[in-house]
Amino acid sequence: MALELNNITKVVQGKTHIKPINLKLESGHFNVLLGETGAGKTSLIKLMAGLDSVASGSIVMDGVDITEQSTQMRRISLVHQFFVNYPHMTVFDNIASPLRVAKMTPSEIEGRVEEAADILKLRPMLHRRPHELSGGQQQRTALARAIAKDSQAVFLDEPLANLDYKLREELRELLPELFAGRGAVVVYATSEPEEALLLGGQTALMQDGYVRQFGNTADLYRDPESLIAARVFSDPPINHASVIKKGNKIAMGDVSWDASVQASGLKDGEYQVAIRPHHILPMKTDKANIAITGQVGVTELSGSESSAHFVFGDHAWVSLSHGVHPYQVGEDHTFYMNPSECLYFAPDGSRAA
Amino acid sequence: MQKRSIVPIVYILFLMLPIYWLIAMSFKTTNEILAGFSLFPQTFTIEAYVTIFTDPTWYWGYINSIIYVSLNTVISVCVALPAAYAFSRYRFLGDKQLFFWLLTNRMAPAAVFALPFFQLYSAVGLFDTHLAVALAHCLFNIPLAVWILEGFMGGVPKELDETAYVDGYSFPHFFVKIFLPTIKAGVGVTAFFCFMFSWVELLLAKTLTAVAAKPIAATMTKTASSAGYELGLLAAAGTLTIVPGAIVIYFVRNYIAKGFAMGRV
Repeated sequence: MALELNNITKVVQGKTHIKPINLKLESGHFNVLLGETGAGKTSLIKLMAGLDSVASGSIVMDGVDITEQSTQMRRISLVHQFFVNYPHMTVFDNIASPLRVAKMTPSEIEGRVEEAADILKLRPMLHRRPHELSGGQQQRTALARAIAKDSQAVFLDEPLANLDYKLREELRELLPELFAGRGAVVVYATSEPEEALLLGGQTALMQDGYVRQFGNTADLYRDPESLIAARVFSDPPINHASVIKKGNKIAMGDVSWDASVQASGLKDGEYQVAIRPHHILPMKTDKANIAITGQVGVTELSGSESSAHFVFGDHAWVSLSHGVHPYQVGEDHTFYMNPSECLYFAPDGSRAA
Repeated sequence: MQKRSIVPIVYILFLMLPIYWLIAMSFKTTNEILAGFSLFPQTFTIEAYVTIFTDPTWYWGYINSIIYVSLNTVISVCVALPAAYAFSRYRFLGDKQLFFWLLTNRMAPAAVFALPFFQLYSAVGLFDTHLAVALAHCLFNIPLAVWILEGFMGGVPKELDETAYVDGYSFPHFFVKIFLPTIKAGVGVTAFFCFMFSWVELLLAKTLTAVAAKPIAATMTKTASSAGYELGLLAAAGTLTIVPGAIVIYFVRNYIAKGFAMGRV
């Protein structure tokens, strides 16, 4: 099963919201749409679901052009960020509703509802109504409705975003099991890079209505094609600064390092260097480390990770490290980075090395 | 009893007094009412109620009122549902202006429309029919119904519509099977207000009817008969007029609170 988007665009009041997008989404793994709020993830899902019509281009499902097909005719499922269930129906009827519309026999409906309920641990709640359930259970009901139906494509629009941390982890573990062996194209929109990495599969990096890069999730993380792609796939935002390569040296203000590590093939000139926050550490770990001294601003502790925002020259960078570190706000602190973790981009933003 | 409960008790007594007086009067004889002040009926009689339930000119007043009020409620809600859906779900040229214009229909006094309606309905042969009054009351009730329903529909996320389409529901199927049950509280509140406005409206109802569809309020205006003033009878008719409203409000009391909370009632 494959869902192909050929040059699709969406225009709202004369403005192009979705810039021409070409994607081939396949079944068997997660297809993650990763981007910030407003990047066009939901808009793209609505186009694929037929809830909005494309301005140009075509959508092909398994070799059949479905561009002009109505939502009802497309064999798809959709789970929203908000917990959307039919409030006047029991959980059982909620899960059964698409099957009833498809005119399945009562025994078949019962079998499918129970199967879905078992996977999502909804058995004891089948006869309750959505408002009697917790948020997590409501979203599990919506997911059960999505898998009970024989869909060619399942769209999950940030389904875990409104759940608290614990429930999110729990449900995320269930997700791969949910869609294994169903043969449907699974599209999962999220704004969290971490979630994309956990789900694996393939990822499309979206920004400002464009798909900036598409491919194997892990490859994308390691090898961003452009500075924009690197930024989308980094949380907290990737650190970057301008550097000048001259001969065998790369100079970033007062700091300089040996170009042979990563950037030996680059011509002399100006570049952008980018390095992920968790590659900037508060202590020396390796002989090759480069020291950067900056004034510590905001520091945060989340779980077992400490982050420190620091300023050096005119750059504001972030360091993210395991453990609790005694930063003194307002004081200078020396951070260390390994030049081999650096990504280099040409001034136009494209990847150089 | 605590001191602070005195004020609400006095207030409620003050509100209930006219209703009590009406009910007490309905069980008195006309002579006793005219004779002077008495807190309880001295000679308890249900004569007035017997008259109303046996005299066709009286009980047909109630039947006529109930027919055109029900007819109006059904028409208003059925017409307002699709209109309110459009206002809550779509943006179109002049939608806000149109919505406001609908409301302005409620701002004109009914008397303004009495003459044109009378002339128009006489011309097309609708005069003195239940339908005439029901249609005339739509002028006030449809805007009200659209306004209330739009508030309730706006509280239903658009994602519910989308989920239903994805599940395969066609639009009419979705509207009846999913959407209406979701906003049933709103439909109840709307029906209640349409019912009440149509039930208490007198001027149009009286102008547009003569005999066949004469409402109870018009019947009640014949205060004098050959036997003189029949105040007991009038009080009994008044008491019975309160009953349907009280019954309907009992059924929608919880929904109305919800309607107030949404700021649309």
